[in-house]
Amino acid sequence: MNRFEGKGQRFVALCMLGVLLFNYPLLALFNVSGVLFGVPVLYAYVFIAWAALIALMVLIAESGS
Amino acid sequence: MLHETIIIFTSFAYLGILFGIAYYADQRADAGRSVIASPYIYSLSLAVYATAWTFYGSVGRAASDGVGFLPIYIGPTLMIALWWVVLRKILRISKQNRITSLADFIASRYGKSALLAGLVTVIAVIGILPYISLQLKAVSNSFTILTHYPDIVTPANVAAQSIRQDNALWVALILAAFTIVFGTRHLDAAEHHQGMVAAIAFESLVKLLAFLAVGAFVTFGIYNGFGDVFARAAAVPKLREMLTPLDGVAGDYATWAWLTILSMMAIMFLPRQFQVAVIENLDEKHLNKAIWLFPVYMLAINVFVLPIAFGGLLRFPDGNVDADTFVLTLPMAEKQELLALLVFIGGLSAATGMVIVETIALSTMVCNDLVMPVLLRLRRLRLNERRDLTGLLLGIRRGAILLILLLGYLYFRLAGEAYALVSIGLISFAAVAQFAPAVLGGIFWKGGTRTGALWGLLAGFGVWLYTLLLPALARSGWLPTSMLEQGPFGIALLKPLQLFGLAGLDQISHAMIWSMIANVGAYVGVSLCVSPSAEEHRQASLFVDVFRQSGEGAGARFWRGTASAPDLYNLLARFFGTSGAAGAFADYARGKGLTWPDPQLVADADLVHYVEVQLAGAIGAASARVMVGSVVKEEALTIDEVREILDEASQAVVYSHRLEQKSRELEATSAELRAANARLTELDRLKDDFVSTVTHELRTPLTSIRAFTEILLDAPEVEIEQRKKFLGIIGKEAERLTRLINQVLDLAKIESGKADWMETRVDIKEVIRDTLAAMDQLFREKRIEVDARLPERVSTVVVDLDRMIQVMLNLLSNAVKFCDSVNGKIEIVLAESDGHVRVDVTDNGRGIDPRDHEAVFNKFHQVGDTLTDKPHGSGLGLYISRQIVEHFGGKMWVESRRGSGARFSFTLPIGAGA
Repeated sequence: MNRFEGKGQRFVALCMLGVLLFNYPLLALFNVSGVLFGVPVLYAYVFIAWAALIALMVLIAESGS
Repeated sequence: MLHETIIIFTSFAYLGILFGIAYYADQRADAGRSVIASPYIYSLSLAVYATAWTFYGSVGRAASDGVGFLPIYIGPTLMIALWWVVLRKILRISKQNRITSLADFIASRYGKSALLAGLVTVIAVIGILPYISLQLKAVSNSFTILTHYPDIVTPANVAAQSIRQDNALWVALILAAFTIVFGTRHLDAAEHHQGMVAAIAFESLVKLLAFLAVGAFVTFGIYNGFGDVFARAAAVPKLREMLTPLDGVAGDYATWAWLTILSMMAIMFLPRQFQVAVIENLDEKHLNKAIWLFPVYMLAINVFVLPIAFGGLLRFPDGNVDADTFVLTLPMAEKQELLALLVFIGGLSAATGMVIVETIALSTMVCNDLVMPVLLRLRRLRLNERRDLTGLLLGIRRGAILLILLLGYLYFRLAGEAYALVSIGLISFAAVAQFAPAVLGGIFWKGGTRTGALWGLLAGFGVWLYTLLLPALARSGWLPTSMLEQGPFGIALLKPLQLFGLAGLDQISHAMIWSMIANVGAYVGVSLCVSPSAEEHRQASLFVDVFRQSGEGAGARFWRGTASAPDLYNLLARFFGTSGAAGAFADYARGKGLTWPDPQLVADADLVHYVEVQLAGAIGAASARVMVGSVVKEEALTIDEVREILDEASQAVVYSHRLEQKSRELEATSAELRAANARLTELDRLKDDFVSTVTHELRTPLTSIRAFTEILLDAPEVEIEQRKKFLGIIGKEAERLTRLINQVLDLAKIESGKADWMETRVDIKEVIRDTLAAMDQLFREKRIEVDARLPERVSTVVVDLDRMIQVMLNLLSNAVKFCDSVNGKIEIVLAESDGHVRVDVTDNGRGIDPRDHEAVFNKFHQVGDTLTDKPHGSGLGLYISRQIVEHFGGKMWVESRRGSGARFSFTLPIGAGA
């Protein structure tokens, strides 16, 4: 049961991180003109943060299974 | 050239492939070799979330406000992070209670309430209609556009069609027929549709590939990669501002946040998502992979949305092409016939996937939770006596599917044209979000009640109707638009789009705020005011504590009444046929260690519960309860009795905890007792040894005293010299006796704490010198070399002088006793360190085995074997010495190895007042 609870807590923390990443004010920081790898900064940020979030989900979901 | 017949033929061929896959998967499932029992298929089936809205609408939304399509997919990603906590619990509950739909879930939680099940069904059907109409609109529009190839048309501008040419109606009818053949071929007790899931997984692949194909074509075929598209867009003034699309804290960020929350709810509570994620789930472990695979899918299908949107805006700058159709019109404008056809098939698969799962989920709800409970209550129909209800159930479901699609078509005709795809979809999202408080509250909060859930749903749904559906109808011209502009009856405060004057928000955020306030407020408020019934109480506990229950039997604790096994058997047979019922009963009997039929199989609470759960799998919990209620006589449990049962269970847990603790304590105590016993045994042995030693010690001097006395008495002729010698021996032996007796007395005093301690400041150096002087004679007799190393000055200690002399005497006489008999040598060292004075007395005798280092300080302990060696003392000296040293706060110990002498040391703290 402990392993399950630990996993659950990690996922909840990850969700909170996601809420933080995809909201005002962090979002506003990237709402500027300019490009990153040829992509406007805001779009680049959203997709990179999204991919990073999924990568963490892989780590947590597959840990100890 | 894309002729109409080619498109139609391709579409039907595609549907045929789907049907083939479904048929194959069903065959495999019947053979017990499921093809969908894989986390990958499960993840792909979850992607039914991406509908025609995603396929066409995301680009439309992106073309109008840049990032607005993203929260619809980021929200679910965030929600999925919580799935490990939330969905795992819902899965477990649903498996234990054989939940067949979302309505069934909510109704079961709140005391198997048929009323609640019906309400949820109504909300779900009405709420989902816009969403279904969206799919019809997308398919029919894409079909219209494709048939006009190579011209690019806007479907709304195509001349009004007759019914025969009304694509949307045909699409609705074809999809209805397809779904009916697909999903209602037979009745499954577990409500699993393995064929459907396999087909949906396939569709998810098709739509992803189609979208990626068109995305790659636009990004890398028409333009030169992502950078090129965005660079060209930045060159157009109108598009440049869309590259930093968010502005203003209150507006865009609030919309973004609400869309995120909305889609978090949607991924859980859309009936089709609940169907694939919960009902069709075969194994809880699939969640592990799906938790990240499904977000990966969503990420992948969104990567090309922005390039397509900007590509479309650049390609059709004058705005006469609907952005919702860019996915299709861009390949057409580039004369890519095959790609356009692939896109059409991709959109078709997105739409059909959604419609199939959604209508199957809704039809199950309509049948189990709306129609059946009513039919079963209508005594006129005598349904309770019908032999076989399978046909009736399937008929109701088929009718429901057709009806839902036709209603979807009706909505499309009434309101569909006025809105973009995304806006239509969001209205449905907001409707299903109303289920969130009742479901989430229901699985984490035992206090939620049926009445609370009922009022919460009614309030939330009411606000939804007023703030979202009503304006949609008004904008389409079915209601006067003055209602929107001036408010109903001219009351400005009640304007549906600015309720109570709340302005400055978009329509969806506005509706969500008010509906959630109403919903959560009513749910919590009413729940706190109305006390639950016994049934609710028990269901609440079964749901919230699902991880503490064991197996499906948990519900049986709460049942009391009388029933007969044949009645229950016949009941099951009416829904599953005789073979199905016999199988179910055989399973049950096997679990009890019996066979079916067996007269010993009693219709107890377990069996009744088992039958109800089986039945719930086919017709829902509320209906199953009515049906079972018709054949058994149940005694209603009062709320107090349910509480008692629950309390008993929780008390049992408490008791077992206490028992565990007690047994741990007992173990510890018994270990202590064992140790004490061992010590007592040892002490007892020592006492016996002591008695024999002391007796021996007493007897030896007594014997010699008596012997010499007798000689002196009987032989008066003994010479005077001899006589003197004898008397000397007698005197010495008497002395030995006295010493022994003194020591025993000393011991008794010290042990009982009655000893007198005369504490004075003492110089240990003097003590050593005095003792050495007193023993000088003895050393000389034994020819022992004594080496005393005493420093010039040493701090004084506060001790009893006589006792200290006793200690030194004891150590020295021991040293003499055990010294080497030929070259005896004793070394005495006095030193001072760390606030202590330390005395070492070292001999060069045979030494002490390390095993005995502690034992020598035990009372009555004799070094060596007491049976063979002649005892060298009373065995009390060291014990008493240590007691004395410790009394003054010091320590005494021995260091030695066998064969190389022993060093006895003691320390004493330097007197505080010195």
